[in-house]
Formats: sequence, structure tokens, C-alpha cells
Amino acid sequence: MSPTAVYLVTIFGLLIAVFTLSAGLIWYERRLLALFQDRYGPNRVGPFGLLQSVADIVKIFFKEDWVPPFADKPVFVIAPAVIIVATLMSFGVVAFAPGVMVSDLNVGLLFFLAMSSMGAYGVALAGWSSNNKYSLLGGLRAAAQVISYEVFMGLSLMGVVMMAGSFNLVRIVQAQERMWFFLPQLVGMAVFMVAGFAETFRIPFDLPEAENELVAGFHTEYSGMKFAFFFLGEYIGISLVSAMLVILFFGGWLGPVLPPLAWFFIKTFIFISFFILVRGSLPRPRFDQLMAYGWKVMLPLSLANLVVTAGILLWRRS
Amino acid sequence: MPLIATMPLWPLVAYFGVVVVMVAGILALSWVLGQRRRDRQTGQPYESGMVSTGSARGPLSAEFYLIAMFFVIFDLEAVFLFAYAIAYDRLGWAGYVEMLIFVGVLAAALGYLWKVGALDWGTSRYGKGRLPTSAAGGGDSTRGKS
Repeated sequence: MSPTAVYLVTIFGLLIAVFTLSAGLIWYERRLLALFQDRYGPNRVGPFGLLQSVADIVKIFFKEDWVPPFADKPVFVIAPAVIIVATLMSFGVVAFAPGVMVSDLNVGLLFFLAMSSMGAYGVALAGWSSNNKYSLLGGLRAAAQVISYEVFMGLSLMGVVMMAGSFNLVRIVQAQERMWFFLPQLVGMAVFMVAGFAETFRIPFDLPEAENELVAGFHTEYSGMKFAFFFLGEYIGISLVSAMLVILFFGGWLGPVLPPLAWFFIKTFIFISFFILVRGSLPRPRFDQLMAYGWKVMLPLSLANLVVTAGILLWRRS
Repeated sequence: MPLIATMPLWPLVAYFGVVVVMVAGILALSWVLGQRRRDRQTGQPYESGMVSTGSARGPLSAEFYLIAMFFVIFDLEAVFLFAYAIAYDRLGWAGYVEMLIFVGVLAAALGYLWKVGALDWGTSRYGKGRLPTSAAGGGDSTRGKS
């Protein structure tokens, strides 16, 4: 095949895989949560309820695509698209296996950070344009949370960048052939993981859409496919953060016997399951606790990690 | 190492195009397929069954603005640290000391914000009297959370 054809296959293959996986994740999460809570979960549609997501998607296509008459209409329509486009764009630089990626950017890590900040626009605009008090509160919370946790999300990764000497995701994985980075960068990994939970609005950091105080937060007024975009965006975000955790700290596609792509998916799947386990275990904090935790604990921790890592690396070099 | 991508950039642009077209297509399709309905309460904002009063464009808590300002300050400084991280080995110990000074200033700013209670939300900072104005006596009524 010519290089052009390879790229086109990668692009469409990636999109199909991401959408199938995210839809499948909805089923997987519901089944796993049911397991944790000692009940069955969706088990009627197809074998083991596997086709539940397909049924949901078909149904949601025929639901009313309501744009509120009191809303800021263009922004209201664009906001969910912004979220899903931003998360999908991040997948464009994810290195699945050698040669299996859309673009091997030299600044892949920076591109990922930039795109994850774009998500803040989506939720803030959704909350603002809905012209609903709950939506507005949810959107504001989401924006404050994303920008707070973004500061040290980037900083926590600088230890990895220093050890690999590159922002390029392929080189970061190649640098882990002798040792996976989660051992020397345990603090960085922990901070990044917490930030990842906050950026995807997962429990315990789902305060922007806390049902018992804000109805549904920034997507209160959304219905039909636009609501599905927020929902799907969350699952694509989980897959993305899990994939980045694997690439940055757990050796990406590296592993014995099995092909690289298989290793990548196995590792990613473990982290996705961990996301769901956390959802099944932790309560959510108050919003002021969330903010204080970010600024008072995580930010100093990531700064300390950066300083100590740079010091040790320089000391070992000299 | 060249500054531009080691692989061609056009796949990323093409990928962006495909994503945008697909998202727009899905939205358009659901708009065409979706049902239309018009009832007495359809045009009301959903606020848990309460009849909505007033506008949602009201005044906001000032703390959100504080967070936005902290973000501008700290994220901008984080960008300088990104640049340090990629070049730390070429800068050596001299660069490390300079980075320490930079992080020190950053930490001092964070410590100050912590001390004046800017990182505490809600009433706790007012109640504990951590504001410099309250320590100097008076001035609380102008700085307190209204």
C-alpha cells in the first residue's frame, strides 16, 4: 500500500475504533458497576446485553433535537461539537504501536495538553448558552475545575519529558525500554491520574454535573444527539487519559510475546477498568475541597517532583 | 532533531477534516430524524419543576474570577518550565539554579495566596480572619463575601 492509503486507513480505522470502543465502554461500565453493586446491569439486548449501546444509539437518533427558544442558539449547538472534536483530535497524536498513529508530532505531548484545555471551552459555553441557572453553575464549576487541574497536569508530565528528552510520544515510549516511567515518576503519575479524573469530570470530580445539587449541570438543557455527544465525550476522554497513562508511564506498546498493539490495548483496558472501579468506590467532595486540594496539594507536589527529578537527573549525569 | 514533525503533517489536518465532517453529519442526521413536539411547557427552562424566575445572566461568585487569574499566572509560568524540561541537560547546573529561583518565586506567590486565604472558597477565609485587612483591624466589611 502507498503511504497515503496507509494514513487514510489509519484515520478511518482510528475513528471507527474509538467510537465503537466508547459505545462499548458505556455497556462495560454499566455491567461492571452492576457487578460491584451486586446486581445484573443491562443483560437483555443481545448476548450479555452487548447490543444495549447499539439500541441506545439508534433510539437517540430519533429523539427530539431540541434547541431551547431561550438559549443562545449557535453557541448551544456548537458547544457539544467542540468537546467531542477536541477529545478526538487528541487521539490524532496517540502512539498505539510503531507506525500505527495518525501523526507522529514532535510536540505530541503539548498537542495533547492543548486539546484537553479546549474541552474547557465546550463545557463553559454549554453552561453559558443554555441560559439556565443550573447549567450556568455547572459550566462555571467545570471551567474553574479544568483550568485549575490543567496547570499541574502539564507540570506533572515534565519529569517524563526530562527522562525521555522529548515531547514526542514515540520517543517517550522508546525511552522506557529499560524501565517503565511509573517507578521513577510515581508522584508524577499519581498527580497526572488525579488531573485526568478531574479533566474528564469523572467521579469523584464530577461536581460540574452533580445530580443532587445541579440537576445535570452544564448539559441540563441538552437532549438527543447533543446530549449523547457530552456522554460519548466523557467516555472518549476516559479512553484518552488511560491511553496517555499507558504511553507516558507504563511503556506504551512495550511488552513480551504478544504483538505491540495487543499490549497497548490490554494496558489501556486495565486503566479504563480502574476508572470505573473508582466510580464505584469514592464519594464526591465539596467544590471548595476540590479546589483547595488542587491548588494546595497537587500543585506544590508537581513542582517538587519537577525540581527533584531535574536535580537527580543532573546529578547522575555529572 | 528537526523542529517540524518527523512524519508528514497532512494526516493530522485530514483527520481534523474527517472529524469535523463526521460530527456535523451526525448532528444534521439527528436533526432530520428527530421528532418535533410542541406543548405548553416545552419552551420553559428545566429547573427541577420550579417555574423559572428571573434571568440566568445574573452576577457570579467573584471566586471564579480569582481562579481564572491564578490560572493565567501559573499556567504561563508552567510554560516556561516546559521549555526548561526539554533543555535541562544542555543548561546544566547553572540552568538548574536559575530554574530553582524561578520555582522559588512561583512557590512564594503560591504561599502568599495561601496565606491571605485566596485558595479557600466560601466563608471559611472570612471566618478565620486570615485577610491582611482583618489582621490590621477593620476593613472586613469591604472585603467580605457578600
